[in-house]
Amino acid sequence: MAHFDQELSALRNLLLTMASHAEAAVRQAVDAVINRDYDLAMQVRGGDVAIDRFEVEVDEMAIRLLSKAPLAGDLRLIAVTMKISQNLERVGDEATKIAKRARDLSQEAPLKLIVPIPKIAELALQMLHTSLDAFVNQDAAAARALIPQDKVVDALNKEVHRQLANQMIENPETIARCLNFMVVAKSLERIADHAKNVAEEVVFLCEAEDIRHSGKTNAAALSKPAEGSA
Amino acid sequence: MLMTIEPEKLRPGNPMVAPRPALPRDKASAPAERGQSAVSTRELSIFFGQNQVLKQVNLEVSAKAVTAIIGPSGCGKSTFLRALNRMHDLVPIARVQGQVRLFGEDIYGPQVEAVQIRRRIGMVFQKYNPFPTMSIGDNVTVGLRLNGLSKRAALTERTEQALTMAALWDEVKDRLDAPAVSLSGGQQQRLCIARALAVQPEVILMDEPASALDPLATARIEDLILELKKNYTIIIVTHNMQQAARISDETAFFYLGQLVEFGATSKLFTNPSKKQTEDYVTGRFG
Amino acid sequence: MPALHHYRRRKFVNALMQVVTCVCALLVVVPLCLVFYHVLKLGLGSVNWAFFTQLPKPVGEAGGGMANAIVGTFELLGLAALIGVPVGVLGGIYLSEYGSARLNWAIRFAADVLNGVPSIIWGMVVWALVVVPLKTFSALAGGIVLGMMMIPLIMRTTEEVLRLVPNGYREAALALGIPQWRTIVQIVVRTALKGIATGVLLAVARVSGETAPLLFTAFGNRYWNHHLSEPIAALPLQIFNYAISAYEDWIRQAWAGALVLLLFVAIINVSVRVLTRDKLARGG
Repeated sequence: MAHFDQELSALRNLLLTMASHAEAAVRQAVDAVINRDYDLAMQVRGGDVAIDRFEVEVDEMAIRLLSKAPLAGDLRLIAVTMKISQNLERVGDEATKIAKRARDLSQEAPLKLIVPIPKIAELALQMLHTSLDAFVNQDAAAARALIPQDKVVDALNKEVHRQLANQMIENPETIARCLNFMVVAKSLERIADHAKNVAEEVVFLCEAEDIRHSGKTNAAALSKPAEGSA
Repeated sequence: MLMTIEPEKLRPGNPMVAPRPALPRDKASAPAERGQSAVSTRELSIFFGQNQVLKQVNLEVSAKAVTAIIGPSGCGKSTFLRALNRMHDLVPIARVQGQVRLFGEDIYGPQVEAVQIRRRIGMVFQKYNPFPTMSIGDNVTVGLRLNGLSKRAALTERTEQALTMAALWDEVKDRLDAPAVSLSGGQQQRLCIARALAVQPEVILMDEPASALDPLATARIEDLILELKKNYTIIIVTHNMQQAARISDETAFFYLGQLVEFGATSKLFTNPSKKQTEDYVTGRFG
Repeated sequence: MPALHHYRRRKFVNALMQVVTCVCALLVVVPLCLVFYHVLKLGLGSVNWAFFTQLPKPVGEAGGGMANAIVGTFELLGLAALIGVPVGVLGGIYLSEYGSARLNWAIRFAADVLNGVPSIIWGMVVWALVVVPLKTFSALAGGIVLGMMMIPLIMRTTEEVLRLVPNGYREAALALGIPQWRTIVQIVVRTALKGIATGVLLAVARVSGETAPLLFTAFGNRYWNHHLSEPIAALPLQIFNYAISAYEDWIRQAWAGALVLLLFVAIINVSVRVLTRDKLARGG
């Protein structure tokens, strides 16, 4: 089984490399917004090509491994890897969207705003990082713990939208820039969603329980289920 | 291997005197319903001399479903299978303890004849073995003819029925008189399945039925099994886990004579409860 | 160099052994050729229609034949088969399919010993058991002694052939719910039938030439045999009686009888070869 184990490791490492690219892209895009850095923004856009290529590579490798008819934990790992790579590719796309807005914002006059966009950014980045750590460490508890945080990000995003809407009504000359900020916030909220998806996949990998679309967050999702399910 | 006198021969009512006129039922399907327990064992232990080969196995096999038995070599899966149709009666040093029930009846009960049980529980072996001195048609009906059925019309009908169920009718309908050994390996195995089906058993035991066949023939046998399970309870021993994953509804994992885990195939192969099972299924041991 | 010297010596020894073994193999064939040559040379001339159809003529008269001896041999072999085949085959079946290890070992041992008992002793035993109580030599006694000699032979060959039937067939039949005795008769024995027939034929060929036991039992007859309790002529007996006589005519006829007997045995052996070759060609 050594060969197959090596191939599984290679797949896992490829996914993690892709993950680090995606994380870096988000971080850079956020920095480009906050620091009004045109060059950084362009870098992010260029880096998205690599992330797309990673998705293709990961899927190809996964299919090849599936043809060897793996079972049990191996089978779940490969299925989850394919799902996570898809989520990471979308994260890369969202980072690119943020970078585009950063580019546009950097070419206009700066706007002083007291909106919690940096907070959303920090939360989203943290969720992404934690979910990927949970994958590396196969830590279902950590994964479950971060799922409710998505609600927090959703709430923050709504708040940002409200504040920006007020701003646009009071100061119509800021409409263009406010709209850009709204897009940034929305993209960050989507990145948090994808982090939540990754966490759900990690739970499936570790416990073979599919907790996606489980509706409203409830206290049960926070705690681990009873041992020896089914 | 020497055969020994069957134990029941020593009892009064010796079957050597006159064969029982037990003709099989004419209905094509077993009286069982899905979900019912077809075969169940309780604390089944088997000894060969001093060597305990099976240890207190408790298992319930569902009716009209395929149950796979997997495990490394020497884990007792074939021994377990053969206990279900009393094939160990023929081995002098074998000792069977515990209960085996067929639809509630204890098959090792004092009044129960092994011959009757074997007409209700058929068996297909690893190495296909159609009788070489007989034609294809004769092979199919041998279980009926040698148990007393001689009406030609009934035999012809049963032949066609059994061969159709075994997915072999179209290939051999024009040459039923040809010697059975003139068929290919895969066809011979399907012939053996037809032979077992002709007796209209309720349960079919299969001991690695496809391991001597090429992949194409194997695929056909697997398809056949999936068809057969609509009407029969099938218990199949296999060392090929992907095969078990493909065709079975429930799987039992044996190791060193003990039943380690038993459950729905989809669960056992995607998320086994026991670490031993996970290790075996992912090929990390055995 | 030493290596080459050893190599040459090995080659020489190799070639020498090849020649020696070849010569020995040929030597085996020589007696067979001698026998056939002599019997043919001395017997062929006397084998004619009269030989097969006429009774022996009294001493001094020329002509006559061995019709009664030829028929008598067939009669005796028929009787022997009637006794030897059922007992031998059923015994072989028992040894192969039933019995305990210890009992079977004892039976096999006894059969092997009996196979080695000198035929004259067989004759004396049957003389004491059958001829004396009946107060007459008889075809019955002759059939019995030949039959009893066939039993251990047939039993062993039957057992061997049955053991060669793969166990898979037995298991398949039993798994169909066929009772054991039926499995044995209609599946196992049927599969081994050719082998059993071969064994029977070989046993027949073997006893057809036995002379010594017939001296005490069948005794021989100048005329036709009409009843089982009468003495009966047999080819080996007749050959013996004629060959040790002083009459040239009889001696010639003895050679003719020898030729007929030899051909009979040869034909059986060849038939057996043909039968078994067929089986092998079909893949067994």
